[in-house]
Amino acid sequence: MGEPLRGMNIQAALHEAHVEFVVALPDIVTCDELLWPIARESNFRLVNVCKEDEGVSICAGLSYAGKRAILLMQHTGFLDSINAIRVMGMDYQLPIVMMIGLQGLEEDRSPSESAQNGVRIVEPILKAMDIRYLVLNDDSDSSAISKAIDSAYSAPQPLVFLIPRMGKPDDYEA
Amino acid sequence: MKRDQALKVLAQHYPDGIVVPVYQAAFDWMAIRPHPLNYLCTGAMGQGSSHALGLALACPKEQIVVLDGDGSLLMNLGSLVTIGHQGPCNFLHIVCQNGIYEVNGEFPVPGGAEVDFASMALAAGYREAHTFCDLDSWARSLPDILESSGPILVDLKLEAGKPYPRDYPAIHSEAARERFRSALAVRQTG
Repeated sequence: MGEPLRGMNIQAALHEAHVEFVVALPDIVTCDELLWPIARESNFRLVNVCKEDEGVSICAGLSYAGKRAILLMQHTGFLDSINAIRVMGMDYQLPIVMMIGLQGLEEDRSPSESAQNGVRIVEPILKAMDIRYLVLNDDSDSSAISKAIDSAYSAPQPLVFLIPRMGKPDDYEA
Repeated sequence: MKRDQALKVLAQHYPDGIVVPVYQAAFDWMAIRPHPLNYLCTGAMGQGSSHALGLALACPKEQIVVLDGDGSLLMNLGSLVTIGHQGPCNFLHIVCQNGIYEVNGEFPVPGGAEVDFASMALAAGYREAHTFCDLDSWARSLPDILESSGPILVDLKLEAGKPYPRDYPAIHSEAARERFRSALAVRQTG
């Protein structure tokens, strides 16, 4: 296992990929390390939504004008938004880019091995929907984010980043 | 007020702008104002207002009009708060309220035709909200509404008008999406 995933490196990758909008509903996995810093930084336009499927459609509308966005949410929000993602991602092939925190995933397990039903079914659903996804297990995986987003917008096609866990501020103090 | 009559008034005063119409309003609007800047591909029921918000944020110099339905908006009521919070001044949210799921068996929506969307919008942070029950009032007020800063919600108390064909393949077509994308690109560079 490498260094814990760091929000600042994800933010750098989003800037590198020319992402302007972060559409979000808080998720305990990513909130402290990623969403709060994004909210404090003025270089992204943050769109807080009340429900995740709103975010799917906002990202769709943005994409028609060539604006890049990510939708940051918890896996429960992904599950709740399946119909909107099905239409925008599968039927219309729009570049909906999602970062999904896997709240409840056990420390020693991969998503597909989780005892949490909601976490365990995410990857099979993505495969059934033929949506490309990357699991960001540690900080070195951040280097793949920018290129993957470029590919999603070039194709165009939807893309998911799964985030099992992130570092905490204490992880970096030593 | 008949829906087709109300939409013809809108087309008269708003001939060339971006419109996001949903369900029966979309079918009517396609016939009344065929235009490449009709954004027909909202896909999932209830999502029209959120697509429109994405467009409004991406294109702040363009007026965005969404032709929502009451059943549709009830599926995405939180979007009123999201839109009110973002406060796009180029956002006009028209709700075609007929009290029924018109394309799904004409079954009544919860609350029927009595739901007060204008009050909800104001409580959610919209700058203005209006309710119109008759065509003359709507026609007289629309020019000023189009000149005002949004987000604005207009609740039109309607009944079905002329029955326009429900062309689902057209609203879901790749051609419609490409037509909109190309027209928007031309508009933004022009």
